[in-house]
Amino acid sequence: MHQVSQVSNTSLFFASSLILITLFFSYWQKLKLEKDTIISVLRAVVQLIAIGYVLEFIFGQKSVWFTSLLLLFMILNAAYNAARRGAGIKHGFPISCLAIGIGTVVTLSVLICSKTIHFSAYQVIPVSGMIIGNAMIALGLCYKQLLKDFQQKRNEIETKLALGSDILPSAINLVRDALKTGTIPTLDSAKTLGIVSLPGMMTGLILAGTSPLAAVKYQIMVTFMLLATTSIASFIACFLAYRGFFNSQKQLV
Amino acid sequence: MLKFWLRFLYTFEKKSSKLPILKLSNLGLKNADKLILNDVSLDIEAGESLAIIGASGCGKSSLLRILANLTTPSSGAAYYQKQNYTQINPTILRRKVGYCFQIPCLFGETVYDNLLFPFQVHSEKYNPQKVQKLFEQFELNPALENSSVTMLSGGEKQRIALIRSLLFLPEVLLLDEITSALDHENTLIVERVLENINAQGVSLVWVTHSLEQSQRIANRIITMKDGAITSEHKGARNASS
Repeated sequence: MHQVSQVSNTSLFFASSLILITLFFSYWQKLKLEKDTIISVLRAVVQLIAIGYVLEFIFGQKSVWFTSLLLLFMILNAAYNAARRGAGIKHGFPISCLAIGIGTVVTLSVLICSKTIHFSAYQVIPVSGMIIGNAMIALGLCYKQLLKDFQQKRNEIETKLALGSDILPSAINLVRDALKTGTIPTLDSAKTLGIVSLPGMMTGLILAGTSPLAAVKYQIMVTFMLLATTSIASFIACFLAYRGFFNSQKQLV
Repeated sequence: MLKFWLRFLYTFEKKSSKLPILKLSNLGLKNADKLILNDVSLDIEAGESLAIIGASGCGKSSLLRILANLTTPSSGAAYYQKQNYTQINPTILRRKVGYCFQIPCLFGETVYDNLLFPFQVHSEKYNPQKVQKLFEQFELNPALENSSVTMLSGGEKQRIALIRSLLFLPEVLLLDEITSALDHENTLIVERVLENINAQGVSLVWVTHSLEQSQRIANRIITMKDGAITSEHKGARNASS
């Protein structure tokens, strides 16, 4: 259990015979998927080998600057994608950058200060990948909810504005709903961990020879950091994004 | 010399007392390529009850939304006591110029949530006596205060929405076809309460389809057609101020 299981090239070659089963079914049932299957398998093999070499290079780097730059690149990329999912949100990209950036920095700082991980590419990049990816999905959900609610609840907001309310009290219910929408998937997945699903990271660690209890400790850490980053990023994004639905005269746009 | 000064002071006082509380100057509003308001100029005097009538789509509600500062005009300007709307904090302005919607929107879960909101806006403690007094005036059952908003009839919803707007009296109250969904009895109740509010010095601007209602409620009536004011005449009600 505690030995790291290595997959040899020979065993990998024999495992590839499993593809023949897929090809056989396709040929037998005239699915005409043989060509697609071969192309998909070849692409998967080439892409994975390529990313293997890239990761080998990245994780071999000791420079703090290199790790920081890579982190910045990941944040920018995630912010771009979150902003694209929330097309219609004013200043979506800078807001997402700030939200994901602060969420990531706060979580990483706690993990590094508590010596849970070290600031080396080998540890920071995989951990950041998880938290940044999760924050990106949460922001996309927050933006979608804000866009939907600001479209559907115009009467409620204008009624409150007409009563002399400022924009935040007029829109606070919508902002809170968006916050919940962004955070609930992470909370739900935390609730079902170990019962419904064994997360990929934990399964990977166990397969690689880590004891289940040690793998569980890692998973608990991952759950905490995902929850923290998601709530920080969603909070910042929602409280900055709602303003874009109003003009300088505090009217709905 | 004394006579001259007295005459000057008299003229000045007369002029300043006629200073409109709201003023629209050469207002235009375009939506996409459609012209909704075309060169509308209008003065609203303090304490008057003005009715705006016209067919559907003539621009009455858009005019009211501009007066409530919920829409910015494409051209021209709106003024509150000589001050351009754009120079005034919109939140402060909307506390002076209230707006009631044709289809009232009651938010939250209960009637209480809606009545509490104006107190929160004005940073004041909830005053049940003030609420009950308005319930009496609008002939509403006081028990409705704790009802769910989904259980109310259309007439009750509109009266609750009006109470919500009247808990803190504005200087001008804009009423966008507020009685269109009410029966005759409820319409008369609403008109009577608003007449009392008008007597307290609150200017009323009614948008209505009904010429008969405008005669009953207003001391000045303007008619709109295709986004412009086409005529103006006196209503049957005497001016309260």
